Amino acid sequence: MWEFILDRAGYWAIIGLMMISLFIAFSAENLIKRLVGLSLFQTTICLFYIILAKVTGGTAPVLLKEDMPYHPAGHAAAETGAQLTAASGERFAELVHTYSNPLPHVLILTAIVVGVATLSLGLALIVRIREAYGTIEADDVRAIDIETAIAQEAEAEKDLKEATA
Amino acid sequence: MILETLLATAPDWALRHAAILVPVVPLVMAPILALSPSARLGWVLTLATTAAALYFSLLTLGIVQSLPGGVISYAVGNWAPPIGIEVRVDALNAMVLLIVTGMAFLGTIFAWPTLVSEIRKEKIALFLSAFLLCVSGLCGVTATGDAFNLFVFLEISSLSTYVLVAMGSSRDRRALPAAFDYLIMGTLGASFYIIGVGFLYAATGTLNMADLAAQLPGLTGNRSVQVGFAFIIVGLGLKAAMWPLHQWLPNAYAYSPSFVTMFLAATATKVAIYALVRWLFTIFQPDYAFEQALFYWILAPLGIAAMVICSFQAVFQTDIRRMLAYSSVAQVGYMLLGVSIGTAAGVSAGLLHLFNHALMKGALFMAVAGICLTYKGTTIRDFAGLGRSAPFTMAAFAIAGLSLIGVPLTAGFMSKLQLGYALFDHGWWWAVLLVVFSSFLAVFYVGRILQAVFFQAPVNPRKHRKEAPLLLLIPLWILALANIYFGIDATFPIGLANDAAVAALGQEAFR
Repeated sequence: MWEFILDRAGYWAIIGLMMISLFIAFSAENLIKRLVGLSLFQTTICLFYIILAKVTGGTAPVLLKEDMPYHPAGHAAAETGAQLTAASGERFAELVHTYSNPLPHVLILTAIVVGVATLSLGLALIVRIREAYGTIEADDVRAIDIETAIAQEAEAEKDLKEATA
Repeated sequence: MILETLLATAPDWALRHAAILVPVVPLVMAPILALSPSARLGWVLTLATTAAALYFSLLTLGIVQSLPGGVISYAVGNWAPPIGIEVRVDALNAMVLLIVTGMAFLGTIFAWPTLVSEIRKEKIALFLSAFLLCVSGLCGVTATGDAFNLFVFLEISSLSTYVLVAMGSSRDRRALPAAFDYLIMGTLGASFYIIGVGFLYAATGTLNMADLAAQLPGLTGNRSVQVGFAFIIVGLGLKAAMWPLHQWLPNAYAYSPSFVTMFLAATATKVAIYALVRWLFTIFQPDYAFEQALFYWILAPLGIAAMVICSFQAVFQTDIRRMLAYSSVAQVGYMLLGVSIGTAAGVSAGLLHLFNHALMKGALFMAVAGICLTYKGTTIRDFAGLGRSAPFTMAAFAIAGLSLIGVPLTAGFMSKLQLGYALFDHGWWWAVLLVVFSSFLAVFYVGRILQAVFFQAPVNPRKHRKEAPLLLLIPLWILALANIYFGIDATFPIGLANDAAVAALGQEAFR
């Protein structure tokens, strides 16, 4: 039982973080806090991918000496993409050392960039919301919106009366 | 016929690279546009770019239809799939690509007058740059054959959409909180999708869609595949505004610039539904037990709930753009209901409605944009008596509105008819009754507007006779006439939808 739980400690941490960040993203009234929750959520996903990539006993996915591909004419004569792809299946079996899976790391680089873009766009929006409303609390913004809507409605009502009179 | 002439005259490189050029042309043009010194030059460039994208997507459609297998597989950077990124277009993507690029082109024609009145002059080129990024993202989501690549393009389109929605703040500051809410919900949706892809990658070790489809049948009982599936459905459902995950949509549509509303309503949710269909039918096969349960217990009830509840909500709106936004969620319900039948006829009906809905909502929002431009108001009261002061705009609005209800001789009728046939074949006659009931609600909300437009006296004496500008009327009438034409002779969209459904369901077509 304990072994089962401890073996997957990383996953438990991820589940915990994910729940916390999702809760913040939904429930916080302060827009910045909400964005923090969202950012944390995205970071947790990065962690999830990194943990997936770990191979037991594996080292960083940079080829060590014994596994270096042999190029008679140096790197200039490296194969084209298509040939490499075809050959990669056989190369895999020949490796001496165990490596972690590099692909999720690459994917996560992209996901980090997306996260940065989202965060900066969100912060820019918050700046504009503060300029327009003078507050960054979601409930205050909502209250102001309702007030303006009621005021507009009353004005339209008045216009209508004047037009008919 | 047009397709054949295009294919015959196209240069060799265009034929070879058509599939990838659809998303890449707008992607490359977007940063160039951001440097454009004048707004007018920016608009002309956008027009040229979207025209090129439309041309390449027509070429793609032509190639797909003429190939025996019906699949274009393009290895990006000459790295062979499944390791390299693949662009894979079959009849299903080709149809959605055509919708996206076609609406982008028509939208750009109509954009100029609305942009000049709604966006600050020095921002127009930047705004159009963000729009091109959005087009590129949507086309990329549609064209790609790689699960992770789909996420990247999804985020490109979403991030630019948040910017576009927020640009409505110069007209109404409520656009800003709407854009922020959309950002939170949209990012959560994309994140859920990416978690799901992670689970599937853990189980299969591949990200290529065709490869996933080949490996998944061996893993039916695998818990991590099932969890990944659930995450993906929720994530894409958020993007597609599947009820009850649609809360971001009404505000985002109501407060964004009119051009953005029109473009988003016609394309953004459609692309998400495409992705949903792709995952449900091609990558996961519908004969999995858990997928059948999903169709019956989740997708169909949610689709019906959207149809009925959101149509009810639409009836009680006073702002026309909000009303149409709720109606959009209801229409997504029709599409999901069609998809959830799980048969080729059902998927075809859902996709046909997707096509027709792009036509009618595009026309409706264009007409509203025209009125918003000349009369500065979008409530029903502002629309009173406009039938006399802007007869051409309002006639097109009426045609599209009738199509939205599903009156015979309009495109909306055709897709509801197909949906009804598919439901009857499946034995879900109760769902047919609900479709009819929901159309009945549509009579109420569209009828409320039409009654105000044509039968009420204008309340506001300033409303003299003034049409929307010609640049706006041309694309509006193209869409309105398409609504009628495809309501009388629906062979073209039905053929597209049937091919697409076969491509979605048939393994050999995707292989």
